[in-house]
Amino acid sequence: MTEPLAQPSRRDFLVRSAAVGGGLALGVPFVIDTQAAGGASELTHWIVIQPDNTVVIRIARSELGQGSFTGLAQLVAEELECDWSDVRAEYADVNAHVKRNRVWGAMSTGGSRSIRESQEYLRQAGAAARQMLVTAAARKWGVPPEECTVALGMIAHTPTGRTTRFGDVAADAAKLDVPKDVKLKDPSQWRVIGTSPKRFDIPDKTTGKQIYAADVRLPGMLHASVAQCPVFGGKLKSADESKVLGMRGVKKVFRGDDYVAVVADNWWRAHQALKALPVEWDDGGNGKVSSESIKAFLRTGIDAPEVPVARKDGDFASAIASAAKVLDSEYYAPYLNHATMEPQTATALYTDDSLEVWCGTQNGEATIATASETSGIPLDKVTVHKMHAGGGFGRRGPHQEYTKHAVQIAMSLPGTPVRVQWSREEDMQQGRYRPVALVRQRAGLDRDGNWLAWHARQADQSIFITVRPGDVKNGIDPVGVRVFNDSPYAVPHFTNEYAMRNTHVPPGFWRAVAHTHNPVFRECFIDELCVAAGKDPYQFRRPLLAKKTKDLGVLDAVAKVAGWGQPLPKGVFRGIALSDSYGSYTAAVVELSVKDGTVIDVHRVVVAIDPGHIVHPDAVKAQIESGVVWALSMVMYEEITIKDGRVEQTNFTDYPVARLADIPQKVESVLVPSGGFWGGVGEPPIAAVTPALCNAIFAATGKRIRSLPLKHHGFSFA
Amino acid sequence: MIELKVNGRAVRVDTEPDMPLLWVLRDELGLTGTKYGCGVAACGACTVHIDGAPVRSCVMPVSAVAGQSVTTIEGLSPDGSHPVQRAWVEHQVPQCGYCQSGMIMAAAALLKDKPAPTVQDIDTSITNICRCGTYVRVREAIQAAAKLA
Repeated sequence: MTEPLAQPSRRDFLVRSAAVGGGLALGVPFVIDTQAAGGASELTHWIVIQPDNTVVIRIARSELGQGSFTGLAQLVAEELECDWSDVRAEYADVNAHVKRNRVWGAMSTGGSRSIRESQEYLRQAGAAARQMLVTAAARKWGVPPEECTVALGMIAHTPTGRTTRFGDVAADAAKLDVPKDVKLKDPSQWRVIGTSPKRFDIPDKTTGKQIYAADVRLPGMLHASVAQCPVFGGKLKSADESKVLGMRGVKKVFRGDDYVAVVADNWWRAHQALKALPVEWDDGGNGKVSSESIKAFLRTGIDAPEVPVARKDGDFASAIASAAKVLDSEYYAPYLNHATMEPQTATALYTDDSLEVWCGTQNGEATIATASETSGIPLDKVTVHKMHAGGGFGRRGPHQEYTKHAVQIAMSLPGTPVRVQWSREEDMQQGRYRPVALVRQRAGLDRDGNWLAWHARQADQSIFITVRPGDVKNGIDPVGVRVFNDSPYAVPHFTNEYAMRNTHVPPGFWRAVAHTHNPVFRECFIDELCVAAGKDPYQFRRPLLAKKTKDLGVLDAVAKVAGWGQPLPKGVFRGIALSDSYGSYTAAVVELSVKDGTVIDVHRVVVAIDPGHIVHPDAVKAQIESGVVWALSMVMYEEITIKDGRVEQTNFTDYPVARLADIPQKVESVLVPSGGFWGGVGEPPIAAVTPALCNAIFAATGKRIRSLPLKHHGFSFA
Repeated sequence: MIELKVNGRAVRVDTEPDMPLLWVLRDELGLTGTKYGCGVAACGACTVHIDGAPVRSCVMPVSAVAGQSVTTIEGLSPDGSHPVQRAWVEHQVPQCGYCQSGMIMAAAALLKDKPAPTVQDIDTSITNICRCGTYVRVREAIQAAAKLA
């Protein structure tokens, strides 16, 4: 299954690269000495084995805390048959990646894709390297390779009682051709996949040793704080630098096209001067846009006589005319910001003919492409140091303005490293926001309360039109329509329409993207149908999923563990919801009580997931816990509003997010991998939790939530 | 010149008196374990101990801590062996990890104040923001650390 990318496709990458002045002859294989420093040997481009048996596994995706360094290394180690305690993980070098014709494949770390889209080639690399090591050992001993066995980094020839370690034969193995057709283990033979070794990245994150992009410190480095035009699409008109150049530590005022920056010897000094700097902006004509005007614009999509059709089953118009009962509801969700804990940051060092960039990124290729395009320096002269990011959630993928800022400012100060750090306020007001959406649904039930007809008209803003316009076909954003156009429910007459309504507010991929709000719209509307039909929401869904066994499987699993149908303590109510996304299937049950009609105490959240195969069960559990918090935070608090063309929120003070006291008393993960496929886990757990919560609120209060966030309905968490 | 003690070492810094302690630590002393998250004491990523008490260093003028003893994540234990740090590894708490220095310093201060905190103590004392949503494990790990201490 292919996902929309938070990254340039291969074609985009080549096209963009070719556009860079000087041009790099991509396609010409770049050969490096397989004998890496210190006698280490490269076996396939993924694995480096040192004489002491240390196995270094290169990781192309980014570590955002989801455990990619560990999980991806497990896939390689499974087939390599090394000793896990010998394994280390390091980033695949982005510059070498370019020179070696993208040998490490996609680097994009979004769409819950790291494991599911690289598992096959990583396991193949492990198997190929193992075969090379065995061949080298067999040749050394003069025995047939098939008589050798491998376990825990040791090769043995039982008939002669000889053994050797990987490190002893790695140099010889590296001289062999990489075998093409390798046989992978049957899942029943897995020893490493399906276990939960301690994550590599955690110890340094408990001692302050982990260096994030914000922590890069280089000799002679200067720090910069940036202000971009607060009205999106506007330009810098003027900045009176005379007012700040005399301030202590201030070195420079840099003027960009749509931003201004102050550079100083200390970030606080740079930021103080930036705040004191008189600046004038040209708002580009969007200075009157407001949340109200945007909502009115969305309404034109709901009211338009005809809009593109994303799915059509049966004949809705005739069916609704014959329905015994008809429901009609409108749902709304606002813009949201990522608010990564580390505000956007990048450091750059420019010299005459080369450029170095340090950046927390979800896509090393997007970073190097941005650095190269911004500077005009060919890709092969750009070095990108990927740092573990202080939160990603989709913010650090295709949109790399901070990289652009660092490069442009550094180029004005050759030889001096410049660290750009956005302030929290800048980060809040210059996001790439989860788009607004307004959806009208109509549905008809037959006399027996069966779901006969469904019409979903969406009016929302497209993300793809800004990053991959070529994939927008017939005016339909392929991600925007998800949950509706791929709905698993067997409704005989179903039409999904999509009215694209793009505003000047820049949209972006936000953890789970359309699976943040669309599941609320669909699954809460289904809850409305259940009430109208007088049916239990779990039993109502089951027959509609008869042919969707994976969806039905997680729904049954969550109902069983949650004890659906069994009595609850007095005052406790529950809600249920289902969603499939990013290749995985999830269902959730939320149990809560509501005090005084408004204060919500979430007692228990049960989430079931079927991602096919599970590499690291504890990491899946962590993503479920994390997804529950993400969902609760979004549904209760989060909202970005627009006034005078700009974002009104400034910091965590007016963009509150969930804190520890808000979380449920109990989060239960139900892992039900059914095998045979590979699904993601970073985003799917979010999708079902949000509607299950809203449905539980309805059960408790009779209040149907049709717009987010909950705080506007008077609700709070206990 | 402002004199203070950082992680047991006497230091003298020549900065503006109103420069927040956070930036003295990060940009003057090179102690980058303490993080900038909001600048307005709302998120807690910058939490350090001043004379043993948890303080949000992003709004604390350095002049206000002159002569006092500052402990940062780098100084919490010489080798990452503080009970909170051990519990954090055992329970695999951090995700992106950016907020965790502050979270750990807040947890260590809580345990010093209340060696056996209830869940309610934890919920009211730990107000740091973790955008990855590691709160479930933070709660578990603090209770585990209480038993290690």
